[in-house]
Amino acid sequence: MNAAFRTWALSEAPSSRRQAAWGNRYRAWLNLKGNPLGMIGLTIISIFILMAIFAPLLATHDPATQELANRLAAPNAAHWFGTDELGRDVFSRILYGARVTLGMVIAVVVLVAPIGLAVGCIAGYFGGIVDTALMRITDIFLAFPRLVLALAFVAALKPGIESAVLAIALTAWPPYARLARAETLTVRNSDFIAAYRLTGASSWRIIFRHIAPLCTPSLIVRVTLDMSSIIITAASLGFLGMGAQPPSPEWGAMIATAKRFIFEQWWVPMIPAIAILLVSLAFNFLGDALRDVLDPKGN
Amino acid sequence: MTIEIDNLRIRFGEREVVKGVSFDIEGGDSFGIVGESGSGKSTVLRAMAGLNEDWQGRISFSGEDAPQKRPPSFFRKVQMVFQDPYGSLHPRQTIDRILSELPLVHKMDRIDDRIAKVLSDVALPQNARFRYPHQLSGGQRQRVAIARALIAEPEVLLLDEPTSALDVSVQAEILNLLADLRVERKLTYVMVSHNLSVIAHLCSQVGVMVDGQMVEQLTAEDLRLGKAVHPHTQELRRLSVELEEPV
Repeated sequence: MNAAFRTWALSEAPSSRRQAAWGNRYRAWLNLKGNPLGMIGLTIISIFILMAIFAPLLATHDPATQELANRLAAPNAAHWFGTDELGRDVFSRILYGARVTLGMVIAVVVLVAPIGLAVGCIAGYFGGIVDTALMRITDIFLAFPRLVLALAFVAALKPGIESAVLAIALTAWPPYARLARAETLTVRNSDFIAAYRLTGASSWRIIFRHIAPLCTPSLIVRVTLDMSSIIITAASLGFLGMGAQPPSPEWGAMIATAKRFIFEQWWVPMIPAIAILLVSLAFNFLGDALRDVLDPKGN
Repeated sequence: MTIEIDNLRIRFGEREVVKGVSFDIEGGDSFGIVGESGSGKSTVLRAMAGLNEDWQGRISFSGEDAPQKRPPSFFRKVQMVFQDPYGSLHPRQTIDRILSELPLVHKMDRIDDRIAKVLSDVALPQNARFRYPHQLSGGQRQRVAIARALIAEPEVLLLDEPTSALDVSVQAEILNLLADLRVERKLTYVMVSHNLSVIAHLCSQVGVMVDGQMVEQLTAEDLRLGKAVHPHTQELRRLSVELEEPV
């Protein structure tokens, strides 16, 4: 089965659209598989995603149940990662926290990547006044310090996960627009785009069917590398009390509430910190590997 | 389809690169434009194709003046083949996808059959259809580029140095293919090249461009017989003869 798929996908003369597309995907996968750091990153991220999905099955305790008699316990057989200042099980809270944190990251990316891509491709392809107008708007957003704008935005709305996602998205899209614009500028005057103009296709069709797909690989790489900074921004907002609100077990908020015990019961803030570190690092590894795999100049 | 170009002027910023070029082409004929790099010959061709929308003068196809911005229907009649087959095919799309774009835009029927037909017309194997451009050789890529132009079923084909990026043995194949296609499909060719022998092989009429002006027009036969009048044409001919037959 596996061998059959392999020969089918790697065929030098594919006989259908589907086979050609799968061949491309399979080659990219083989490339990624050959990159150990990338695979480590992918494994860690997959584990965390699975943990988030199956949190109710994996959790040993209810993440909100308090057990004040047993607060700030060291890791032990009953509480694998110990308990926090209200006696809640840290292991279960990390699992549920993965849902909140990863959910925020995914929401930000889903909001940000298409906007950045569209703005950048449109600005780059049309040029002239459209380019100037769109890029100056981008510059305005780029000029704000990210965390400060996010803070102001969250303060203006009500603190919470939705506002945090919106605030981060608002400040995160400009670099993607710039990147997409730069990529568009390198291809817009090429002969293959000229050939598509000679089909009578509209500019929109050319932008979204032919130019945008060329910009996505570098955008994916950039997004993956930025995931860690999104996680950290989300955690920072949580830490400052502007993101997820208690008792929601967001990792940043967990560190914030436990920071008082960092000298005596250091494991309480340390465990969510390790989770943030692992996921950020994993996304960075994966991003680096994807850069090698997806780079259009590479093949 | 007769083509008339009348006093065509094109400027890039302050610099005028095409300074009042005029020529006529009979339907079914093939016209070659020769000149050195920077003489403005490709610029003329791109303006004819509708890629350059900023020109003055008159470009007309079968008596109809072409507007600066061409309507989509124009591209069913006039198509272009580019110089560099490595840069003229989308690097991330299969040949199938590249060829199906124009039929999709024009909502043509039987797209599958058309692609299969046009691939066999340019003598590409059917199994090349779902490959990517990087899996093909230079000559095969140029055949794909020709197929992409032919799928529109055009009457005029604009050729921008279609062989200069290919090695010599492949050049002859592509030139013969183009010559055969012209007869089969009764196409009108306008070909730009700096290579006189390529032009002489494919074109009956030749225009010589120097510095944005067309200094001489003559038949390929006259050119072969050395009846050129303008000193630049004579120089070009002398060079190409010497290159072919080293003393």
